[in-house]
Amino acid sequence: MISYIIRRILATIPLLLVVVTISFVLVRLAPGDPVEVRLGIYASEMTVQAMREEMGLNKPLWSQYFDFLGGLVRGDFGRSLINQRAISAELGYALPYTLELTFAGMILGIIFGLPLGIWAALRRNSLPDYGGRIFSLAGLSLPSFYLGILLMLLFSVKLRLFPVVGGGDIHNLGDKLYHLFLPALTLGLIQASYITRVSRSSVLNILGEEYVKTARSKGLKERTVIYKHVLKNALIPIISLIGVYSIVLIGGSVMVEIVFSRPGLAKMMIGALKGRDYTVLQSVLVIYASFVVIINLLTDLACRLVDPRIKLSKRER
Amino acid sequence: MMILVSILAPWISPHDILEQDVFHRFTPPERSHLLGTDAFGRDILSRMLWGLRISLIIGFFSTLSGMIIGTGLGMVAGYTGGKVEAVVMRAMDILMSFPGEVLGVIIMVSLGAGLPNVMIAIAILLTPRYARLAYASTLSLKERDYISAARAIGLTDLRIITRHILPNIFGELLVMSTLWMGTAIRLEANLSFLGLGVPPPMPTLGNMVRAGVNRLALAPWISVFPGLAIMIIILGLSTLGDGLRDITDPKLHV
Repeated sequence: MISYIIRRILATIPLLLVVVTISFVLVRLAPGDPVEVRLGIYASEMTVQAMREEMGLNKPLWSQYFDFLGGLVRGDFGRSLINQRAISAELGYALPYTLELTFAGMILGIIFGLPLGIWAALRRNSLPDYGGRIFSLAGLSLPSFYLGILLMLLFSVKLRLFPVVGGGDIHNLGDKLYHLFLPALTLGLIQASYITRVSRSSVLNILGEEYVKTARSKGLKERTVIYKHVLKNALIPIISLIGVYSIVLIGGSVMVEIVFSRPGLAKMMIGALKGRDYTVLQSVLVIYASFVVIINLLTDLACRLVDPRIKLSKRER
Repeated sequence: MMILVSILAPWISPHDILEQDVFHRFTPPERSHLLGTDAFGRDILSRMLWGLRISLIIGFFSTLSGMIIGTGLGMVAGYTGGKVEAVVMRAMDILMSFPGEVLGVIIMVSLGAGLPNVMIAIAILLTPRYARLAYASTLSLKERDYISAARAIGLTDLRIITRHILPNIFGELLVMSTLWMGTAIRLEANLSFLGLGVPPPMPTLGNMVRAGVNRLALAPWISVFPGLAIMIIILGLSTLGDGLRDITDPKLHV
């Protein structure tokens, strides 16, 4: 198992390298120039040159690229082109907000979605099933920013129960949770609709299998059949699909952070876009993509934990 | 129904979409403005009908281009195998490793705002999905006898791909397209909401929601109705897609 984990982690390195390269290139493709953003269009040629030098933008691209890469290996993202602050520190501030939000969203999604999906499948074509299907269809159709707005209207504007915007006081856990609730609920409900759908269909698939019929005809208690035979087997596709949908979750977190004006990676990204702050932007991109890579890794490991039949060779094309 | 409404938008809109009326700013829904007016006194219903039209146009064309490029890449990768397969599918994996919203934002910033650019960005986001689908289906078809037969009688690869593989995966592609058109419309709404989509004053459902966000307490209708329209289109498309899938997939009839 340990060697598997190590091999699997090593396998993600080339992917991460490509991701870093692409982030670097994409960011520089964007029209606009950080020097111009900082100095305005009327700056003299000499000032512009001096500023370019100061920002390190006069170096050839490949040298900027290797500086970035070398820094990353040491865990250093460099400095912001606009305000000269260390990006690692900025990320250290923003990242926890985004992680809290996505994590809370994921947990809420699983808490709502998994039981609802299983329940819907076990009572197929009954009231819970229709309820579950309508819930998941509604969640799949609602853009996350719109759900956020609706919840904000209901809870903050009409009922005045929760704050409208912000991330809360960092040193006050209660206040933080209070600010986290609505954004996390928004993400959680959307995630729950995906999870309801996959858990319903994978439980239904397993219920149709021969070995479930066999178990039933052996006279096993329904409870045993469901827990030992159905749920255990249904879990594998559910886990791997939850992994897939966490990409949706991360995308949703971008929108939700913006709607609720929470501090976090999305705010950092949008700010950096406006200032053409290449170094901040490429760092944020790398972080987002690493999320996805890490989640895929964890999903694989979780699947393997549940199902020892899966071998590295099969998973790793 | 939604498609019909959006085609007819220019004729059935009760008011001009750009007509400003400073005396009727933030009018709540009433008889002359069924869904109210926005910060410039513009009629929400008329703007919504136009926004719907633009969303559907973007959804349709970006899905179509994503389908053409993605399917082409996927089929070629699946059929030829080897290095082409490795390069194409790896590239698709990498595109998929950025969350849609993040990649969409970056592409829009590189291209600049505007209607054609939104379509390009969304098409790029949808391409890997089609490529994976087409790739997987092509792999399973490749080993069939009739493909070997076609190759044995000396048909060119291009002909085999277009005449023998494409028709067999087309149904599946079409079903997924209805679902993914919903995704495209959602992505468009996301981008517009972030202010990176089609620039105002042209109405899109996303930028209309955005316009009302800061005035939720005062005039919730500005955001709520256009958002509802986004939800209804996506809901319609996914119901249609699910229905089509149930009809075309015999495995689900157990």
